[in-house]
Amino acid sequence: MMAERTGPLQLLDLDSLLSEDERAVRDLVRRIADDTIRPYVADWFAGGDPPVRELARQLGTAGLLGMRLSGYGCAGASAVAYGLTCMELEAADSGVRSLASVQGSLAMYAIWRYGSEEQKQEWLPRMAAGEVIGCFGLTEPDHGSDPGSMTTRARRDGADWVLTGDKMWITNAPVADVAVIWARTDQGIRGFLVPLPTPGVTVSRISDKLSLRASATGEIVLDDVRLPQEALLPGAEGLKAALSCLNEARYGIVWGALGAARDCLETTIEYAVTREQFGRPIAGFQLTQAKLADMTVELDKGFLLALHLGRLADTGRLRPEMVSVGKLNNVREALAIARECRAILGANGISGAYPVMRHAVNLESVLTYEGTSEIHTLVIGQRLTGLSAFT
Amino acid sequence: MKIVVLVKQVPDSGEERSLRSDDFTVDRDAATKRMNELDEHAIEAALQLVEEHGGEVTVLTMAPADALESTVRKALQMGPDRAVHIVDEAIHGSCAVTSSAVLAAALRTLEWDLVLCGAESTDGRVQAMPHMLSERLDVAAVTGARKITVSGGEITVERQVDDGYELVQAALPAIVSVWDTINTPRYPSFKLIMAAKKKPVTTLSLADLGISPDQVGLSASTSQVLHAAPRPPREAGVKVIDDGSGGVALVDFLAAEKFV
Repeated sequence: MMAERTGPLQLLDLDSLLSEDERAVRDLVRRIADDTIRPYVADWFAGGDPPVRELARQLGTAGLLGMRLSGYGCAGASAVAYGLTCMELEAADSGVRSLASVQGSLAMYAIWRYGSEEQKQEWLPRMAAGEVIGCFGLTEPDHGSDPGSMTTRARRDGADWVLTGDKMWITNAPVADVAVIWARTDQGIRGFLVPLPTPGVTVSRISDKLSLRASATGEIVLDDVRLPQEALLPGAEGLKAALSCLNEARYGIVWGALGAARDCLETTIEYAVTREQFGRPIAGFQLTQAKLADMTVELDKGFLLALHLGRLADTGRLRPEMVSVGKLNNVREALAIARECRAILGANGISGAYPVMRHAVNLESVLTYEGTSEIHTLVIGQRLTGLSAFT
Repeated sequence: MKIVVLVKQVPDSGEERSLRSDDFTVDRDAATKRMNELDEHAIEAALQLVEEHGGEVTVLTMAPADALESTVRKALQMGPDRAVHIVDEAIHGSCAVTSSAVLAAALRTLEWDLVLCGAESTDGRVQAMPHMLSERLDVAAVTGARKITVSGGEITVERQVDDGYELVQAALPAIVSVWDTINTPRYPSFKLIMAAKKKPVTTLSLADLGISPDQVGLSASTSQVLHAAPRPPREAGVKVIDDGSGGVALVDFLAAEKFV
């Protein structure tokens, strides 16, 4: 006789820590994901060409793009509401969450925080609505964890700027209408708004990837790209401006990774209670139960950590090293959960009919983008010791 | 135009639903409660009409207090302007006829040109509420709409039937029920969710409506469930080995079951 079952995130009644509004936003995003993403995302992943524009409009209509920002058509949501949104999107697919993260936390945040009034008016309302898609060009082929060594240059030519360089692994780039490009100038690293297409800019899709296939990733090559002075983000001076945007996106990943892990775990529990071997459900074996229990403990701890960071953010107390703790732990644990779940499903674990392998390979990217685990470890180490291990 | 949409809190039809063992009413405690799915289509129809013609949308529900979050707020998150929630312990167990008396009393306190509702609820599936309200309020009832147009104080409805549709016209005010073919309900948005918190919800008791508790509830109901038992387990089917007479056996079976 099987007794009543409790979902992995219901075990600790974590819902009781959320306000009615927060639950309402969570329910909305879950419903959108259930109706418009989940039934199709395995095909998008297989094809490697997701309908980013359609998705962006859908998310924009619901007010989920740049939702933490205020004014300019943005929703002005709390950090916790944004986190829950990331979690529900990533429970469908990390690639779809990446679309929202890059649009809202990287491209829109850069304009909102460092742009001129004219730049904000021009771009933010349409980006919030999902009509215009943005991307964020910081990483280069040879400069990932060390963006301070970037080789993309912007030089003055009369009143104009001329940009030359190469940006790699840029989410949303193949479909973007505007790119935030970071480049070295005589006054240090500065940010530029580059409308797409612009003469001299070549964007190519990176198709040869085995992860985040339900996300559009590209390379942006800038070959003597002439931009007016108005393209400069006036408030963004130095690498720390670019890194502040990453901090926003990383916060969303702290929550998002939990969504992927939850989906793996829920799928696996359902599988384990129905899959019979040796005449009984494999969930009845102690080895399986130990795995399920351990994974649930990590998932629930991760949720408490994410919620703690969210509450700190909503009271203006969140510091970058705290986000590093969250990203390091939650992505690492989510990936461990996805891999363990994959194994419990046996051969079915590698089947596209289940979301587990897709989540697992997606999380391999999430582990290293927006700051690798190693970098986040060193950020924490530096905070603990006062010594930088980077250089 | 002023539109009132009737919404109902129902047990989630996607889950196991049960009846209480004491009075055989729906076991609400055991169920996940939500807004009746077809009512979302009625709200969408109301919002579209108001977007086209101007006006306002009021949501009216008769439900236990916990429907405020599960149903009333969810309805308001789609965009209606306000809600009226009739809450009274004495209503428990009311049949469609007694329920219609309460809803009619509430509708008499509101201004409206049009009342919209889902064609049926997923729990009771009686489909009779528009007719009952029509009798009590002396206005036209048009049921099962798949399209509604309003022009010059008159409503034109494409009424969905098995082999097509009927075109029905009625003078306003009127009551119209809708099927899910009429539209695709919109999702709420973050802004609408936040706005829904500030929208007025008026709570009414039976006393507010001038209805005495003995006029409603299980004891006043025109119908009662006297006994309910689970469906017996399905019996094994009949297997016919086709030795040339399979076709005849199949036709005999279909004829015996009155399929042909």
